[in-house]
Amino acid sequence: MTGFWTLFYKEFLRFWKVAFQTVAAPVLTALLYLLIFGHVLDDHVRVHGVQYTSFLIPGLVMMQVLQNAFANSSSSLIQAKITGSIVFVLLPPIPYSAFFVAYVLAAVVRGLMVGVGVLLATVWFAEITVVSPLWILVFSITGGAMFGALGMIAGIWAEKFDQLAAFQNFLIMPLTMLSGVFYSIYTLPTFWQGVSHYNPVFYMIDGFRYGFFGVSDVPPQSSLLVVAACFAVVSLLTLQLLKSGWKLRA
Amino acid sequence: MTPAVAIVDVVKHFGTLKALDGVSLSIEQGEFFGLLGQNGAGKTTLISSLAGLVRPDAGRLSVLGYDVIRDFRDARRRLGVVPQELVFDPFFNVRETLQIQSGYFGIRKNDDWIDEILHHLDLTGKASVNMRRLSGGMKRRVLVAQALVHKPPVIVLDEPTAGVDVELRQGLWQFVRRLNAEGHTIILTTHYLEEAENLCGRIALMKQGRILALDTTANLMAAHPGGTLEDVFVRTMQQ
Repeated sequence: MTGFWTLFYKEFLRFWKVAFQTVAAPVLTALLYLLIFGHVLDDHVRVHGVQYTSFLIPGLVMMQVLQNAFANSSSSLIQAKITGSIVFVLLPPIPYSAFFVAYVLAAVVRGLMVGVGVLLATVWFAEITVVSPLWILVFSITGGAMFGALGMIAGIWAEKFDQLAAFQNFLIMPLTMLSGVFYSIYTLPTFWQGVSHYNPVFYMIDGFRYGFFGVSDVPPQSSLLVVAACFAVVSLLTLQLLKSGWKLRA
Repeated sequence: MTPAVAIVDVVKHFGTLKALDGVSLSIEQGEFFGLLGQNGAGKTTLISSLAGLVRPDAGRLSVLGYDVIRDFRDARRRLGVVPQELVFDPFFNVRETLQIQSGYFGIRKNDDWIDEILHHLDLTGKASVNMRRLSGGMKRRVLVAQALVHKPPVIVLDEPTAGVDVELRQGLWQFVRRLNAEGHTIILTTHYLEEAENLCGRIALMKQGRILALDTTANLMAAHPGGTLEDVFVRTMQQ
């Protein structure tokens, strides 16, 4: 058990020691999104009967939770692989399941810390209600965990920083940006509405937003089922990679 | 008595390269054992297989009777490895690095032993210094400390003195000799043959993934009267 907690603590310290870069910077990015989009669209757009800035804030929070959970596990693994310091966690008797949980848990913690930071920084700009804090918690944790696990896959797979950047830019960014962070999918043409339903991030953001306004494109129970199923698939794949030692043990 | 390390018919390929070609070897508890060979002979692959970093295609390896794959937890608890590459985690200072490494092995509150290691490796004054700010020699000492932090009965040193100054070498060997005298099994790979000659009771000479010679240092030297271990090494490699 100590091996697991130490690995989790190490992963926590790794981002906390550079919190200005890993926590404060994403909060600033989200704030800039809010200031720009909110300023341009707040007087013109209402979504689900809610003012645009109020609608946007939960989306931005969730987007940063997901992107930072991914960044935490992926950057830790690729950095350790490239510098060779990965041997320090491969030599000890830490089971692969504990390895998985420690990395994912640290990713969730970073995601949640950034998410809270974004909420605290943006809540002054619009009226925010909280209808169901449980849904907020459930979707931020499951979403963060899934992206933490995805980050592990990317970190294990990538051998160079540009490969990781490709994973981030061509998969993670489109998935999060085209998930309904900035809009309700019912404002899209029918075809793109259908496409959006194949994006698991849409369900994370929609369910998370339900916790604030009590209104969503899809019932939160259905969203949770989709997110949980996706998390299970990604987790099983990650565990299988760790068990096989693919790209970690020769 | 259970051997410290048992290696039976180990084979490992990297693509078409046969890095280990049926290596068998038994190292008794308390030995100071030398594993010598040219670059690419398979020494690091063999050590990595023992540490679980490389998975052999065939054969078995065990540490104090524990299979390195089936009983990996027990095997790894009993093994400390100083890697050849100068690697470090830039986020932590020396003490944090050693505390974290202790935790990975399930050991909490290990500061007394950490202080002792720091003292013997002349690192006490650097305990609060970030790893990035250490010289190459200092980083090498921390690698040794990391391998010892869980008090493993079997210690593998993979070229620990490569690029290291004379003072550190002497201090390191003094400390390792003491550990050996206390009962720790030491397995050493080095290109400094005079070090192996002075330290190792038994030596294996490897070439192209095979063991060409395996005997006590005295017997190897006796087979080439008047020569040094370097002479023995050169003649064996020419076979």
